[in-house]
Amino acid sequence: MSKGIAITGMGIISSIGNNVEENYRSLIEGKTGISRISKIKTLHKDHIMVGEIAFTNQELEQQIGLTPDNNYSRTALLGVTAAKQAIQNAGISNINKYKTGLISATSVGGMDKTEAYYHDYFENKATQKYIAGHHAGDSTQKIAEQLGIEQSLVTTISTACSSAANAIMLGARLIKSGQLDRVIVGGSDCLSKFTINGFKTLMILSDTYNTPFDENRKGLNLGEAAAFLVLESDKVVQTESKTVLAYVKGYGNANDAYHQTASSENGDGATLAMQKALKVAELSSSDIDYINAHGTATGNNDLSEGQAILRVFDKGVPDFSSTKAYTGHTLAAAGAIEAVYSVLALQNNVVYPNLNFKTQMKEFSMTPQLELKEKELHTVLSNSLGFGGNCSTIIFSKKQ
Amino acid sequence: MKAVYINSVGSISSQKTFDNSSFLDEIISYDDNIILAVDPNYKDYISPANSRRMAKGVKMGVVASKIALNEANLDTVDAIITGTGMGCLKDSKKFLSAIIDNDEQFLTPTSFIQSTHNTVGGQIALGLQCKGYNFTYVHASISFESAVLDAKLMLENNEANTVLVGGVDEIEDYTCSLHKLVNHIKKEKVNSTDLLYSKTEGAVFSEGANFFVLSNLKQDSSYAQIVAISTYNTLKTNITDVANTFLKENNLNIEAIDLLVLGNNGDVTYDRFYNELSSGIFENTQQVYYKHLCGEFNTASSFGVWLASKILKTQKLPEAVKLNDIQGSNYKTILLYNQYRGENHSFTLLRRC
Repeated sequence: MSKGIAITGMGIISSIGNNVEENYRSLIEGKTGISRISKIKTLHKDHIMVGEIAFTNQELEQQIGLTPDNNYSRTALLGVTAAKQAIQNAGISNINKYKTGLISATSVGGMDKTEAYYHDYFENKATQKYIAGHHAGDSTQKIAEQLGIEQSLVTTISTACSSAANAIMLGARLIKSGQLDRVIVGGSDCLSKFTINGFKTLMILSDTYNTPFDENRKGLNLGEAAAFLVLESDKVVQTESKTVLAYVKGYGNANDAYHQTASSENGDGATLAMQKALKVAELSSSDIDYINAHGTATGNNDLSEGQAILRVFDKGVPDFSSTKAYTGHTLAAAGAIEAVYSVLALQNNVVYPNLNFKTQMKEFSMTPQLELKEKELHTVLSNSLGFGGNCSTIIFSKKQ
Repeated sequence: MKAVYINSVGSISSQKTFDNSSFLDEIISYDDNIILAVDPNYKDYISPANSRRMAKGVKMGVVASKIALNEANLDTVDAIITGTGMGCLKDSKKFLSAIIDNDEQFLTPTSFIQSTHNTVGGQIALGLQCKGYNFTYVHASISFESAVLDAKLMLENNEANTVLVGGVDEIEDYTCSLHKLVNHIKKEKVNSTDLLYSKTEGAVFSEGANFFVLSNLKQDSSYAQIVAISTYNTLKTNITDVANTFLKENNLNIEAIDLLVLGNNGDVTYDRFYNELSSGIFENTQQVYYKHLCGEFNTASSFGVWLASKILKTQKLPEAVKLNDIQGSNYKTILLYNQYRGENHSFTLLRRC
């Protein structure tokens, strides 16, 4: 059997909770984090809904202990918050005791500051500190600094909505190959005018609560979130007598090579990603107990992903649901958010309900799990699909 | 573990590097603080309809990758891994300015669609109909090195046999105006030959795309073997210690390095990292630099790898890149070092194959 990579810690902040426990409670209570937008002044405020985190930037800065002269974007603030939780959860006191890396994912990066100070930069010198924080790697550098990771492998992935799943995948491969003993993997994205207007022009934003896999789905709600997981080698787990939360058992990455933003109707990319992940895990499709689907609630994604699931699980589709109705689509962070949810599902033996579903899609007969279901889970498969044809699948397991 | 080779190259830069049959035969000298890439005839590689939709960064990436694929005699690859520090700046700026100037109204999706960091990787996959592994790294001055590190991991472990790897970044006016405000771009124009003597803050900004076919199968056209690559977000001590450790990890001593390729960009504040090596432990090693030729951008180090690959294959060393007077002849092992503004350092070790 292919050996899984141990997950020994997790941290998360999303619109349904500021830590792992709060997120889990919202998931099992069916509590959504979708609301009207309050922190960004946008013309579209009455026509869109979002998964917004309650804390202001100032509150997050205080919690992290930053001085007012900091130049953190909201992406960095959320990322640091989640990554610190993960380290604490993994019981790590001396981060440099083992060869430790950090792989983060983001699509928005410091765009929130660039759009806020677009003209001000030229008039107000005080705003110029944010200029160097625009690029996608900046939030990752800051997370590394806050965790005390020095002189190490620290990098950032941006493959749109599949980014964080790819960070997990790279992390697992780096541990497998022995290049790192420990790696913190995940992603962070804040809400921004840029993404709100981008998805708005693509006409895939719902004006109400998103409804994954529903025939009458109207599109997605954007969300903001960050989540990180600590992956550790068997050597570290044994030496430190670590509690293992779950394992990264398989992973697969493929490109749909169909269109820059749309997915192919047959879901070729997603099919390949799931097949590759099963192959790496040395599992068959019938071994999967629950699929945490990408399920963004756009017309295109749910059809394409649904077809891909039917192709891969031709002997029967296991319980599946999308958690996007809780958090909104958190873009580059989504893969990490849903990795945390997948691990929680394994730990607690639950399948989360797919909220807001009313009408069966006419293209196929499979229905997502609609009520909270308790059952013994051994393996969970999580999909993340994105612009640029990027498709990723991660399989989590209870046993190594 | 399998060895990893650079089987082909494709370079678009502010020098005429897109023709693989020549090697810096004629040097273009600049007198500026922002320089642009020399355009190949894009129409030879991309249909006019596609070309119209593509910003320069995407075009450079797609064409550099085609040049590399042609030289390796491949129609497709098992994986495509792209590095870009700033991503698709032109389309990002276009969409952002439209949002702000039109108060979120009258927007069209085209520039948003093309603005994501993975646009180049996605467009290459689309063009090749390549459904394999596709990653994009966006970590400042180690974006390209992260891509190489990933490709090397895949090839060593036989997860793939051929991987297209590249670094690409484009110049965009608004971003440049911001970088001028904070002196990341030099205030004054600098002549290429004087870059390292400018004694001023900032760099000469530029753009480019350097793509490579990496493989675990050597072929006649192979340029070099990639022996090792390491990246460091920060330094705990100093760069000399890191260099020594890197060499030791690869069972090499300083004398084994035939040529040191440095990423000096003429920034008076940050060139000290290069100077520490060039006047320190590598004092007696032949040294070259290249950012006076290709300018500074987050993936400029991919030009360094292009340069080192060409030197290893042709065993020729252009006069214009020489940093010291030490003369070498038989180039077997080349060490590259790069950093930007004191962060994201990298060492890359290439060997003649």
